[in-house]
Amino acid sequence: MTDGWSWYVIILVVGNIVGVAWLLFATSQSNGKDEESTTGHVWDETLQEYNNPLPKWWLWLFVITIGMAIIYLYWYPGLGNYKGALKWTQMSQFEEAREDMIDRQKVAFEKFADLELTDLAKNEKAMGTASRLFSNNCASCHGSAAQGAKGFPNLTDNDWLYGNSPEQIEHSIVKGRAGVMPKLGLSDVQIVQVSNYVLTLSGREAEADAEEAKKGEALFATCIACHGPDAKGMHALGAPNLTDDIWLHGSELADIQDVIREGRQGQMPAHENLLTKAETRLLTAYVMSLSK
Amino acid sequence: MIKHDFIERNVGVMGVLIALVISVAGMAEIVPLMYQAQTTEPAEGVVPYPAVELAGRDIYVKEGCYNCHSQMVRPFVSESLRYGPASVAGESVYDRPFQWGSKRTGPDLARVGGRYTDEWHRLHLMNPRDLVPESNMPGFPWLAERELDGDLITTKMNVLTMLGHPYTQEQIDGAAEKVKGVTEMDALIAYLQFLGVANNGRDQK
Repeated sequence: MTDGWSWYVIILVVGNIVGVAWLLFATSQSNGKDEESTTGHVWDETLQEYNNPLPKWWLWLFVITIGMAIIYLYWYPGLGNYKGALKWTQMSQFEEAREDMIDRQKVAFEKFADLELTDLAKNEKAMGTASRLFSNNCASCHGSAAQGAKGFPNLTDNDWLYGNSPEQIEHSIVKGRAGVMPKLGLSDVQIVQVSNYVLTLSGREAEADAEEAKKGEALFATCIACHGPDAKGMHALGAPNLTDDIWLHGSELADIQDVIREGRQGQMPAHENLLTKAETRLLTAYVMSLSK
Repeated sequence: MIKHDFIERNVGVMGVLIALVISVAGMAEIVPLMYQAQTTEPAEGVVPYPAVELAGRDIYVKEGCYNCHSQMVRPFVSESLRYGPASVAGESVYDRPFQWGSKRTGPDLARVGGRYTDEWHRLHLMNPRDLVPESNMPGFPWLAERELDGDLITTKMNVLTMLGHPYTQEQIDGAAEKVKGVTEMDALIAYLQFLGVANNGRDQK
């Protein structure tokens, strides 16, 4: 704040306090007449108002508030550029609280540092902390119960797009993942054929058109590049296992055809700048503990 | 010595004195703020909204998102844990009006940029319950069907330039082209992805 603005504020604040004090003093004086004198107003023929100064106790309440204001302005910033005797600022209070939190967090996480991931996944306290981290960082896509949603993997099953080793899970969290199912440019007829074949892969022959599926089998040669010759998927690419009847983008025949026609761009955002290493470790253990 | 019955019997004098008394706090606390660099200069890295983001911002306001979402991370530890660093005044200089908000039925959005993918936002805006079953946010599917108006965006940017937003002539000339064929949904998502990215502190952890 420039000196000009600083003085502007100081003069207004001090002037206001002086003005209030003066007003209080001026109106607290007895009017010099006897106590029975009235303001002169008459309502409803007989109703009148005494013209007496404020009662003493009331007057003192006002004096105390003025005193409080002066004490406050001495300790805290309020007079232009004067910082106050305590040098308090909202930001310094925030920073202090934040450092305190970081210290306490360190102590809390130290207890978990020596535990193996498998033990960590069984540690009630650690998983309590992890579930809150999950709510803040993961639940908006994977769901509050980790049940996932269409396009966002369910973490409670035992199907893994990118693998379930601790390293693979941690990599998914830290660096994120980008899963690409390309548009294959197949004709509508071909899409019907291959989608019917895909249904049979997960044991749903009853729903599939056997004839179309048979034709689709030959077309599936294009798909094995990512989904593998046995259609069991590939962790390195995040290509889903097509034999387990777990469907990321919907299980209906129409859903499957839409995926083949339009392709899909799955994206798990990187969290390396959102989570500390200790937090990531807890979440990795938590994700392992979710899988049934 | 001034007597209260003199004031009470002259309504003009009383009016002037009342106006003086009730404006002191505002004159001391609000007026100087309008002239402090802290509140009038952009914070580091904060730039005016590009064409599509600017259009998205108006959709945010039009649809009343501010009724449930604030855009101000308050300086409390719990908030910094969830949303990122506390907001500062210089981050809102290009917001007319600011979207700080006063009620959070949904989460704060001051630093939502980059937090989710575009696809997540699209699905979530179509029907939030597809992704978050317990959500009580309404869906906004009609946004996907409406396209932006190119002439309108140029006018808006010209007006904002008059108000001091440092748009380049290039940005204004190219604005209509940028929003061509863009749906309101895409614009809103672009706006959300732009929020708070300059100061979200995600590079420092």
